[in-house]
Amino acid sequence: MSGTRQVEFTVGTPGLDAQGRPVVSPLGVALTDTGEFETAGHFDEMFGAEPMMVNIGPQHPATHGVLRLVVELEGETVKRCIPHIGYLHSGFEKLAEYRQYNQIIPLTDRTDYLAPMANNVCLALAVEKLMGLEVTERCQVLRVVACEMSRVIAHLVWLGTTGIDLGAYTPFLWAFQERERIYNLQEAWTGARLTTSVTRVGGMMADVPDGWDEALGRFCRSFPATLDEVDSMFTRNSIWCGRTQGVGALSAGEAINYSLSGPMLRASGVDYDVRKDRPYLGYETYDFDVPVGEHGDIYDRYLVRMEEMRQSVRILEQAVERLKKLRGAPVNVSDPRVILPPKSRAMSDMEAMIFHFKQVMEGVKPPAGEAYMGVENPKGELGYYFVSDGTAKPVRWRIRPPSFLNLAALPRLCEGALLSDVIAINASVDIVMGEIDR
Amino acid sequence: MSAPTAAQSPSAQALRDAFGAAIERVEVSCGDTIVYVSRERIHDVLAWLKETPTQDFDYLTDVTAVDYRDAERPLEVVWQLRSLARKADLRVKVRLDKDGPLDVPTCWDLWRGANWLEREVFDMFGVNFAGHPDMRRILMWETYQEGFPLRKDFPLRGHFSRAEQTRQALAVNPEAHYSLEELATADAYRNLPQDMRERLRRGERGGPE
Repeated sequence: MSGTRQVEFTVGTPGLDAQGRPVVSPLGVALTDTGEFETAGHFDEMFGAEPMMVNIGPQHPATHGVLRLVVELEGETVKRCIPHIGYLHSGFEKLAEYRQYNQIIPLTDRTDYLAPMANNVCLALAVEKLMGLEVTERCQVLRVVACEMSRVIAHLVWLGTTGIDLGAYTPFLWAFQERERIYNLQEAWTGARLTTSVTRVGGMMADVPDGWDEALGRFCRSFPATLDEVDSMFTRNSIWCGRTQGVGALSAGEAINYSLSGPMLRASGVDYDVRKDRPYLGYETYDFDVPVGEHGDIYDRYLVRMEEMRQSVRILEQAVERLKKLRGAPVNVSDPRVILPPKSRAMSDMEAMIFHFKQVMEGVKPPAGEAYMGVENPKGELGYYFVSDGTAKPVRWRIRPPSFLNLAALPRLCEGALLSDVIAINASVDIVMGEIDR
Repeated sequence: MSAPTAAQSPSAQALRDAFGAAIERVEVSCGDTIVYVSRERIHDVLAWLKETPTQDFDYLTDVTAVDYRDAERPLEVVWQLRSLARKADLRVKVRLDKDGPLDVPTCWDLWRGANWLEREVFDMFGVNFAGHPDMRRILMWETYQEGFPLRKDFPLRGHFSRAEQTRQALAVNPEAHYSLEELATADAYRNLPQDMRERLRRGERGGPE
């Protein structure tokens, strides 16, 4: 309630004064108090001793889904913030126990629905780890394309909605315009914009159509211009800096202790990216950097996500080149235990027809065992943990949801913040309720 | 399923040396090392894995549970640990006999990330994490009556008929969700008088009808 709220400008602007000290400008309202509110009991007398409870959500655009926050306030300062979740619980993990492995893929579309393709890829990878399958080179490149396109669109949604939450409407339109272009690419590839279901165990549902890689290349060339525009609107904007710098900060040690992952963890200064530290899909052969923040506040999360989009474009450009080189190469593994034979053969060849029948009626059967596969999704580390007893349906499918763990740190992030900061902090966590509630 | 010892994570042998008989079994599945620990020592083992410099498992990736289709098989609680610096993973499991109490100590004191993960395991499997500061349901609502959905004896459509499920949903007083009392029940549920707890459990909320 007292003191001056100072906002450091050390991150956004390389501003140093003559002595080399970072320039600190008091952007926030200076609460030079007169001692009027300091008297013990005076506060209670004026406003009553009761703390105020503010309920935000579950139906509120600023909660980014059906999230409900109960905030206990003292004045405008948050004493306690209690998230309530579960409004979107659909029991996907239970449903998966009654489905064949390939039939689980449509369920993954609906968990993190802002990055469906990346979820599809994780599921295929987890089952392939369980079976010890190695996919083809072209399939790996296609999956990298799927993952990085997902990262771009998921971060664009985050960018646009966070802008709206902090009072900037225009960048939202720019972000969604670019997102629409990727959705068009997804539609051309899979026939669906949102529920893509693009992978299969051992391969892909389909190869990309002719000319698709050129269209992706055009996107990669023109998209950074939009990022530059957003950058010019936000990065040195004094309102943006004032609302985000030093707000909702978390130290590296705490971020690890709270099991945060993805941009949330990296913004706090922990250099951990699944793509670099336990590479899958040949990510070690791509040339890209992992941005790491320093202060762990909303502003650093913004910078990390902006840079991640640029790095994703770098990866996509390399992938487009590889796709051109691998044109015509096989996408699916040639293993009749997991991949359907071509329709023409299934209709003319007895053996192929039997394989087709067994595939459709019985499905993929991994050996008994268990596997955990973690991938770097836009929100953080998505992990699928399968336990198989040798039948065509899993004993257990566990989703390790990155947003769930990131949101669990929200009460900690909001401690002592202002009510308006709760909205900004919640936006910076970048949650998606479909994944949290599952 | 069990592979030669050479493929095991070196942490498994170190655990055997440090804890002896408390390490019941070590297994390798799909390249991941799985260590089965006795329930009594699990908290010591987790703390040792986190604090010992040569192990340094500072990151709790996941806490979950597995109920097998074979009703005789015990329920397993699973901890996925990771050392960010060493880039190593380890899976630790405790087997709980379904006839006995489903009770394990919490690891919330070691990793704050365990808070919601353990609540979810409680919600879905009914495993109680002793010492957890806030052991409530998380995805299902507090007055949910049908049991623990991810147990194998839980039918896909739930225990109750659709009519009963609808009746219970309609009987809930949504206004009770928006009161200061609810803030209080979040952390004082266990301190409530017995009759009030009974009423909450039955699904009556928000005072007189």
